[in-house]
Amino acid sequence: MSQDYAIKVENMSKEFLLPHNKKTSLKQTVIGLVKRDNTYEVQEALKDVSFEIKKGEFFGVVGRNGSGKSTLLKIMAGIYTPTRGSVKVNGTIVPFIELGVGFNPELSGRDNVFLNGALLGFSREEMEEMYDEIVEFAELERFMDQKLKNYSSGMQVRLAFSIAIRAKGDILLLDEVLAVGDKAFQEKCVDVFEKYKASNKTVILVTHSMTTVEEYCDRAMLLNKGLIHKIDNPQIIAQDYQSENKKTYLKSEAKQRDRQDKKTLESKDISIKLLNKDDKEASNFKPGETATIKISWKNPKIKNVGVALVKQTGDYIFGANTILDGFDIKNKAVSYSIKLDLGSGDYLVKAGFFGDTDQDKIDFVNDGPKIIVDSPEEQRWGGVIHLEHEWKS
Amino acid sequence: MIQISTNPFSRQTRNLLKEMVRTDFKLRYQNSAIGYLWSLLKPLFLFAILYTVFTQILRIGADIPGYPVYLLTGILIWSFFQETTATSVTSIVSKGSLIRKINIPKYLIVVASALSSLINLGLSLVVLALFIAFTANTTVMWSLVLFVPLLIIQLFILATSIAFIVSAMYVKFRDISYIWDLLLRAGFYVTPILYPLQIVPEMVQKLLLLNPAAQIIQDLRRILVLPNDTIQIYDVFSWPMYLVPFVITVLIAIFAIYYFKKQAIDFAENV
Repeated sequence: MSQDYAIKVENMSKEFLLPHNKKTSLKQTVIGLVKRDNTYEVQEALKDVSFEIKKGEFFGVVGRNGSGKSTLLKIMAGIYTPTRGSVKVNGTIVPFIELGVGFNPELSGRDNVFLNGALLGFSREEMEEMYDEIVEFAELERFMDQKLKNYSSGMQVRLAFSIAIRAKGDILLLDEVLAVGDKAFQEKCVDVFEKYKASNKTVILVTHSMTTVEEYCDRAMLLNKGLIHKIDNPQIIAQDYQSENKKTYLKSEAKQRDRQDKKTLESKDISIKLLNKDDKEASNFKPGETATIKISWKNPKIKNVGVALVKQTGDYIFGANTILDGFDIKNKAVSYSIKLDLGSGDYLVKAGFFGDTDQDKIDFVNDGPKIIVDSPEEQRWGGVIHLEHEWKS
Repeated sequence: MIQISTNPFSRQTRNLLKEMVRTDFKLRYQNSAIGYLWSLLKPLFLFAILYTVFTQILRIGADIPGYPVYLLTGILIWSFFQETTATSVTSIVSKGSLIRKINIPKYLIVVASALSSLINLGLSLVVLALFIAFTANTTVMWSLVLFVPLLIIQLFILATSIAFIVSAMYVKFRDISYIWDLLLRAGFYVTPILYPLQIVPEMVQKLLLLNPAAQIIQDLRRILVLPNDTIQIYDVFSWPMYLVPFVITVLIAIFAIYYFKKQAIDFAENV
């Protein structure tokens, strides 16, 4: 029967049972049985996934960490069994979940070649035939009788890779193999990819590198939280992946900034208060109102303080400092009043603290109080700053 | 990493097993100056200690002709049983990194470990043969010598089956390593290794001989050492009761295969 698929996955789900309190001893199990608290959290790594990979296809699997890529690969490799659904494999699979599987640090390089070869399905005779080539390709002629634990990690990877590329199979599963090794090694990997592609082998590649996906894959799949987000041509998948990544990156970056600034404020003993004309702490102001920013600190080295207003977009609106204004600081505190001739919107107060010169930066508060300028009636002008103006005819 | 078929007789499986046994055997005594000679010295030292204690101090064995060889047979057989089961307890877990990355038949891990113990037993038996040859009071029943390999096979099946059970249990219950250690210590005295069965009441003899390990040791002693002074299961039970130890061996083996197969599916997730 001739079939044109290499791997067919149908309605496949994989669940992991994560015990809330993992029981690894009989005592805990017995107590658990009595107390009936054998509760599990079901984690669905893959949810009802269906797809087909054709023979001779170079197929990319991408997705963020925890999207289920590696689980999928391990299921295809037969390491995990799916909870539901089926995975049909048409051909021999060579999985490279990791290079050098079964390598034993206590054995010599030579012994490890034969052990790893056996795991790849080779007999001792076959390995003996290939042995010299493997050693030569790995450039390790002088080291083969040394124990593997004395190898550098680069040497180990080279040896593992030299054996791995000998494997004979129709379907290759590769998990981030390219992520390790130096430039020269990566070039070797690329050569091997080219060879696989030319020989029409089915390759399934899990990676974070969009360049690799775009360059080699015929089709790619984007996984998101255990679901197939999309299967499409590599360019589209790469775009989707990057925009998805960017979103989360921006989110986490903003969070991190928040946290960091709070930390600096607390730890450096700097206090910045925003007061209205009644000397009360406030954040809402009307256009044209005067805001007073009271700043105090503990570090006696601070001789110069600058305050800046910034739009949330990052645009720098206005800034002044004590030295430029010829103001002498006393008692490690200043009060800075500013007339808010500004349009409606949010303005961030930033403060810089310097020693005797501008170059002598001591501290910086990037996320001071927020000034919210809100016009009670409709604002009759546009822009950020209200400039004195006059119409004539 | 090619999908190695689970068929135990396929070429790839045999190659892998060979390579794993080789590795296991190499790793066992690596970095030691006299290497696997230790596997012979260990039981011999134990033998020397026990022989001194039981002929000079407790004098249980002093009256028995050929007691040294009688004792050594028991110790060698028990050592194999103990080594196979005790080293295999952690075998699956310690190969966790392998199991999580490649789909190999899991039973190979246990069998490889058991086979490398069997190599040790082979070497020990050579030493035993020398003892038998140079001890005056022993008599070999040549007509029954062909049963020796069969008894070794029974011993191997028994030990490997238990190895399957404890290694699979250890993945989920780590207490098993301690429990099994205690059971082995008890087993050393429950099995007639040190003492001749004559010194216990007949009721106890019957009970002790139901243990397959005891049956194997006594059978070997009858064939190789002291035909007249060894009590066997066939002496205290009649047909078909004396089949009990063999039935127990088979039942343990069947349960081991069933249990290990069932557990092996989830090894990759649980180790």
